[in-house]
Amino acid sequence: MEEWHGRRVVKKTRLPKSYRVDSLDASIRLARTSREANLLHDSKRAGVPTPTVYQVDTGSCTIIMEYIDGPRLKEAFVPMDRAGLEVMCVLVGSLIGRLHSRGIVHGDLTTSNMILRAGTKLYFIDFGLSDYSGEVEAKGVDLLLMSRAFKSTHFVLYSKAFKAVVEGYRNVIGRQDAELVLRKMHEIETRGRYSERRQADLLSDIKQGQV
Amino acid sequence: MSSLILGIESTAHTFGASVANSDGEILSDVKRVYVPPAGRGIHPREAAQHHSSLAHLVIRNALADARIRPRELQGVAVALGPGLGPTLRIGATLARAIASKLRIPLISVHHAIGHIEIGALTTGSRDPLVVLLSGGHTTIAAFASMRWRIYGETEDITVGNLLDMFARSAGLPSPGGPEIERLAADGERFIELPYTVKGNDVSYSGLLTAATKLLQAGRPLVDLCFSVQEVAFSMLAEAVERSLAHTEKKELLLVGGVASNLTLGKKLETVASEHDAILQAVDPKYAGDCGAQISWTGALAFKHRLFVDIERSQVKPRWRLDEVDIPWR
Repeated sequence: MEEWHGRRVVKKTRLPKSYRVDSLDASIRLARTSREANLLHDSKRAGVPTPTVYQVDTGSCTIIMEYIDGPRLKEAFVPMDRAGLEVMCVLVGSLIGRLHSRGIVHGDLTTSNMILRAGTKLYFIDFGLSDYSGEVEAKGVDLLLMSRAFKSTHFVLYSKAFKAVVEGYRNVIGRQDAELVLRKMHEIETRGRYSERRQADLLSDIKQGQV
Repeated sequence: MSSLILGIESTAHTFGASVANSDGEILSDVKRVYVPPAGRGIHPREAAQHHSSLAHLVIRNALADARIRPRELQGVAVALGPGLGPTLRIGATLARAIASKLRIPLISVHHAIGHIEIGALTTGSRDPLVVLLSGGHTTIAAFASMRWRIYGETEDITVGNLLDMFARSAGLPSPGGPEIERLAADGERFIELPYTVKGNDVSYSGLLTAATKLLQAGRPLVDLCFSVQEVAFSMLAEAVERSLAHTEKKELLLVGGVASNLTLGKKLETVASEHDAILQAVDPKYAGDCGAQISWTGALAFKHRLFVDIERSQVKPRWRLDEVDIPWR
């Protein structure tokens, strides 16, 4: 957190990653910086609170944005009681629903990418992997990542918590569409690594130019 | 008194047998690998036939190398999954028969946990973020409260599959990974290929499609090998980096057949040091599928009397890593 023209801001710079080839690294950093800047802004129109973007420098891949005061949801969960937790998870689900309704997928949904301000207002951050997509597959991936985040980090609360997320999501998206996305989510999760038929088919499809 | 456990591995192309004791000594490790004809992928039934014809020899050699008689064994461990049904059944049937004949307990081992435990044994790793990379798995996991929790995995094919299938389309001999690594060293030009990271997950089918098409279009094989490795491994490095930041583990344990790749090792080394962690890679001797991963994990399970009834020892081709309770960690 820094001071910038009288405001409390965060200066987020995407530094080069030494393990990536230069041209690959440069194009990834640039694409993610511009995507994040655009989508942080557009998400507000969907009704999802995000930090306000003040300045973008594509040369250094830096975004100067509003500092959101508050803990990450990951930590905020810890002292919450059962009821409070459920309410929060329903809110998470409804915010994801608002993004998806507007054809935006976050791409990295975890409780580390959500900040709770003043105990009530939840902000989504870290839109570097986000994108515009109306596809069920992309939405399914978003929910799968959220589910995984709960299962791995918050495993004790997992099933109740995720159920509440789904409820919030359904409230915004509608029962039918939510069903489609959930089914896709399960399908992605169980995609067989040992599906020998899939492997053989995939290769021959590629060879025949069908993929 | 140290217990002696026979471990049997037959989840895919490798049939392996090994004897380990409960002190963590691998007394023997024998294996035979089914190599499909060039340009063809693994055919489960042919692999099973291969295993079936060699199984007795492999097991006998494993006992002989360990200098023990069958009646000195305290238990038989077998990888009941995940893997290919036909090959899994070869190992399972034999393990049941041996357990029954010798009247010793049968122990069920999850193949991925085998990779993790043999990795931990050979590196001394205590509480790592695990990166398991093989033909059957591309998984990032950490242990908490009785189970391995999955932080990231592939959403379609594994990195092992990616390398094998690309190698196959290039007519390279199997296993494809080492061949690609060899050729990549001569590659110079980086060719842009689809880079897909979603959270801590990766997705490789787009990369495979693009690389195969470019190969058919005549781009140099060495440049493609170089580029496929660069993109595939950078994707993994990024997913691992995110998981490492999130879990704050101080050890990064690399296991599975692809763990031996030096290009990958270098990238993960960088990630580890930038996050104040150390990279530990499984001993190359036990990186690929082997009996030792099963015998040692079997020994751990044996100490906790985790036996399975023969009637309940069905193979589980789709057994997930996060479905297994582990009392010994």
